[in-house]
Amino acid sequence: MIDGLNPALILIVGALLVPLIPQPSRRVYVVLLPLVSMLQLILHPSGTFGEISFFNMTLQTFRLDGLSFVFGLIFHIAAVLGVIYAIHDDDPIHPTAGLLYAGAAIGAALAGDLVTLFVYWELTAVSSVFLIWARRTESAFKAGMRYLIVQVGSGVVLLAGVIILFSETGSVAFNEMNLDSIGGKLIFLAFGIKCAFPFLHNWLQDAYPEATASGTVLLSAFTTKLAVYALARGYAGTEILIWIGAIMTAFPIFFAVIENDLRRVLAYSLNNQLGFMVVAIGIGTPLALNGAAAHAFCHILYKALLFMSMGAVLLRAGTCKGSELGGLYKSMPFTTVCCIIGAASISAFPLFSGFVSKSMIVSAVAYEHLTLIWLMLIFASAGVFHHSGIKIPYFAFFAHDSGIRCEEAPLSMRVAMGITAALCIGIGVFPGALYAIMPYPVDYVPYTVAHVITQLQLLMYSALAFTVMMLWKIYPPELKSTNLDTDWFYRAAAPAIIKPISAQVARLTISTQQLIAGTATIGLAAFHHLLGPQAKLSRAVDSNAMVALVTLTLSIFLLLYLVLS
Amino acid sequence: MISTQLPAIVLLLTLLSAPICSMIRNGDHAWKLAMFAVWLSVAAAFALMSQVWGGTTLSYHMGGWPPPWGIEVRVDELSALVLILITLFGALVISALRESLRTVMRSHRHSLYYATFLLCMAALIGITITGDAFNVFVFLEISSLSTYALIARGRDRRALVAAFRYLIMGTIGATFILIAIGFMYMVTGTLNMADLAQRLPEHADNKVIQASFAFFTVGIALKVAVFPLHYWLPNAYTYAPKATTAFLAATATKVALYVMIRFIFDVYGVEFSFSQMRLDMLLIPLSIAGILLGSMTAIFQSDVKRLLAWSSVAQLGYMVLGVALLNTSGLTSAVTHMFNHAMMKAGLFLALAAMIYRVGSSNLRDLAGIGRTMPLTTAAFVILGAGLVGVPLTAGFISKWYLVSAALDKGWLPLAALLIISSLMALAYIAKIVDAAYFQPVPDQHQNVRDVPVSILTPVWVFALLTIYFGIDTRMTAGVAERVAQALLSVAS
Repeated sequence: MIDGLNPALILIVGALLVPLIPQPSRRVYVVLLPLVSMLQLILHPSGTFGEISFFNMTLQTFRLDGLSFVFGLIFHIAAVLGVIYAIHDDDPIHPTAGLLYAGAAIGAALAGDLVTLFVYWELTAVSSVFLIWARRTESAFKAGMRYLIVQVGSGVVLLAGVIILFSETGSVAFNEMNLDSIGGKLIFLAFGIKCAFPFLHNWLQDAYPEATASGTVLLSAFTTKLAVYALARGYAGTEILIWIGAIMTAFPIFFAVIENDLRRVLAYSLNNQLGFMVVAIGIGTPLALNGAAAHAFCHILYKALLFMSMGAVLLRAGTCKGSELGGLYKSMPFTTVCCIIGAASISAFPLFSGFVSKSMIVSAVAYEHLTLIWLMLIFASAGVFHHSGIKIPYFAFFAHDSGIRCEEAPLSMRVAMGITAALCIGIGVFPGALYAIMPYPVDYVPYTVAHVITQLQLLMYSALAFTVMMLWKIYPPELKSTNLDTDWFYRAAAPAIIKPISAQVARLTISTQQLIAGTATIGLAAFHHLLGPQAKLSRAVDSNAMVALVTLTLSIFLLLYLVLS
Repeated sequence: MISTQLPAIVLLLTLLSAPICSMIRNGDHAWKLAMFAVWLSVAAAFALMSQVWGGTTLSYHMGGWPPPWGIEVRVDELSALVLILITLFGALVISALRESLRTVMRSHRHSLYYATFLLCMAALIGITITGDAFNVFVFLEISSLSTYALIARGRDRRALVAAFRYLIMGTIGATFILIAIGFMYMVTGTLNMADLAQRLPEHADNKVIQASFAFFTVGIALKVAVFPLHYWLPNAYTYAPKATTAFLAATATKVALYVMIRFIFDVYGVEFSFSQMRLDMLLIPLSIAGILLGSMTAIFQSDVKRLLAWSSVAQLGYMVLGVALLNTSGLTSAVTHMFNHAMMKAGLFLALAAMIYRVGSSNLRDLAGIGRTMPLTTAAFVILGAGLVGVPLTAGFISKWYLVSAALDKGWLPLAALLIISSLMALAYIAKIVDAAYFQPVPDQHQNVRDVPVSILTPVWVFALLTIYFGIDTRMTAGVAERVAQALLSVAS
């Protein structure tokens, strides 16, 4: 351990060296790098370090406390798993961008002030887009562009908020904020965009399914959870978050049920899971905040596991469409098992990781007697089980046999999935280890008879509903279709209205430009003539003129001074 | 012991090594001596800065004669900052000079060139640290004369013409300053600057002092190249030998600006200069005109050297505007920009000199595609150019930020908007170069061009990295400038 060295810097500098290292050793290097940096994080004592002064502001580039440690740690774990998963791939873009992205996310989580947060915030945007572009398809490129615009836009909103906040309070410290001032509102909005709040969420479902198989695994881990961390740090206990979160848990379920692309289904369920964390942050009690941190921790793991299994399917079967898959359990038994473990975790089966973290949040809601919210969360839990717990494994690996016969996933993918699955089960069976690193002391017991029974009832009835609907054939069939989300308004409707207007504006602009250009040409000619950059005026006249000018200036100055004084 | 003699040492190092250099026949040996002298001066300048850090003033009596009879050397934070500017940037240019001169002149002439260079530097150092008004004139003349020699060394015939014109203008400027000093001496009977400052207020209504102020402002405006007295600058910069321009652009006008601040604030006093003579009424419109005209003209240039020279006219406008706004932010911006602009412009001209070293021309046509043939040099150029535009995290951003805040402090929104527009103009002319360097095909005759030797590349990159460094750590630039600004303005109230 080196005292005061920010682990994020290890990752960022190390990531930039990745392309320079030749292939066989690169494989070892990309796994070792996040491990080294994780070691630095774990061994480092708490406190604030790396203070630099910038414009009369004191920046704390490295703050290690309970909350930032949890997120720093899970980001490291996700980075290690993400690079292991992609090790079979020779494309250097993936580990470079992935580790850079991880480093940026960790740097943001360890930032003690808003300026440092902004810098890393933008770096996550810029580095992660390469994971989407690495797919090298036209649609991936376009989706990446849209993603980049939204992400960088969120950073710009953040910066505007920080500047306003700084001018009001004179401080850029990243601590609790409120929604009273316009600066606080803007920062909240910036966090909200990254956290995929309702109506700000479309970038997520748009971009994540377009990324490479291994890219989505990394994408799912960092960006949104960074926003969760930022909200937990800045806006814990802000009441509106409870409602935002509750809506987030509920509405993606409908989209997830009818969506055909299984990775997009996962993207919707990612949104739904974020809702649980946002609700917890809105409640803001120590138990709820612990729940949010623990759920983020578990969620990164099982969501990565699910995306890994779907990535493996995409790699081997060549598609992730529910309508084209089915019966893969014969070809990919290991992947099937891992997918089921991930599905069980996200559905919060007892003895799997989702259970120990989600029940904290649900209990926290119950302790505050928020009945309506509690019901919404229960509904959402049933929905999660339905679309992520049953639909994903069922349509990919079972259902009707699609006739696809392919190889099992490559070794690197299997190793990554195996470790992740082991972690999911490990946390579910021994929650004490997870609770020990929570920001607040935990005296919560997940395995009570009431919890387990309630949860099992919920899951069983949800499963029953699915079975009945399948048997009666009233379940929404898996069709090749494009489902309209709210982004239709700005991706289809708005352009249809704006295009004719903008064409007129463009015509006007062009003629204005011509006018300006014409004027400028005349002006330019005048300039050349007046100032003579390529002077044709003779030297003698020039010098004389200059001396005359000096004399003139002097007389004007003299006159003015003598008159004025 | 040495530390108390530092103010003398920093001057004598270069002043004494100049004649020795001229006597060494071997150009390489002369270069080594020059390097030794200037880098020692850099160390001395930094040592002086550490001595005055926080706002103390050193007063050194030449030959032990106490002022106001003897010659006094005064060093405060402002002069220490200017000292660092002269010595550090001069030293970086000299480091690149040996390789750069090789293609321009025969080696036996090199030692004379180094001697002139050192003399110029010594004179600039002298101006900065002396506490005696007449000495300012003497050193100003030395620096001007050596500068004419440096410019006239250019291979281009037009260099002679440019040097001649610069000579005429420079001499007029220096003469005006001499007249101003003479008038002051006539009325007060003293030449010591601190002494003058004490005695002048009682003569504030004296027409002779007012005339002296007019002569001084016009003379120094000529030296600073304030619009409309800037016409000598573009040609002088364009036709001077390549690396020389880097040194001139960094130091000559900045030192003149230093003299301007010194005299206006310390000798004549804020009360006299601004409340009575309303200098700001003259300087603000003139500097704004300079900013706009310089930036506009720069956009239309096809020769990069000339483009950068015109951009200097605009950038000097920023500094004069900062002075004339007469508030802490404005003065802070002026002093900070003096340092930052010296650094960026020296770096840009040096990078350009490196390109000319390979391509043989600074025309945009010949620099097409240079980003591919000389990637390292061009990358540094782009960083420095970004600094000139005022991109955040570069030094240029800091000084522009203070200038915009100064305009806002005054409540002059249109001026703030105008400054942003002029930054966009800077973006336009830098983008023009970037476009040529990266997006145009390499001309056939320049296909074999490659990056310059390390001895030129290193100083260029030092400039580029310093630009980023001073964009982040502003203790030495804006920190000092702010203290200086407060001190200069508090004398008035």
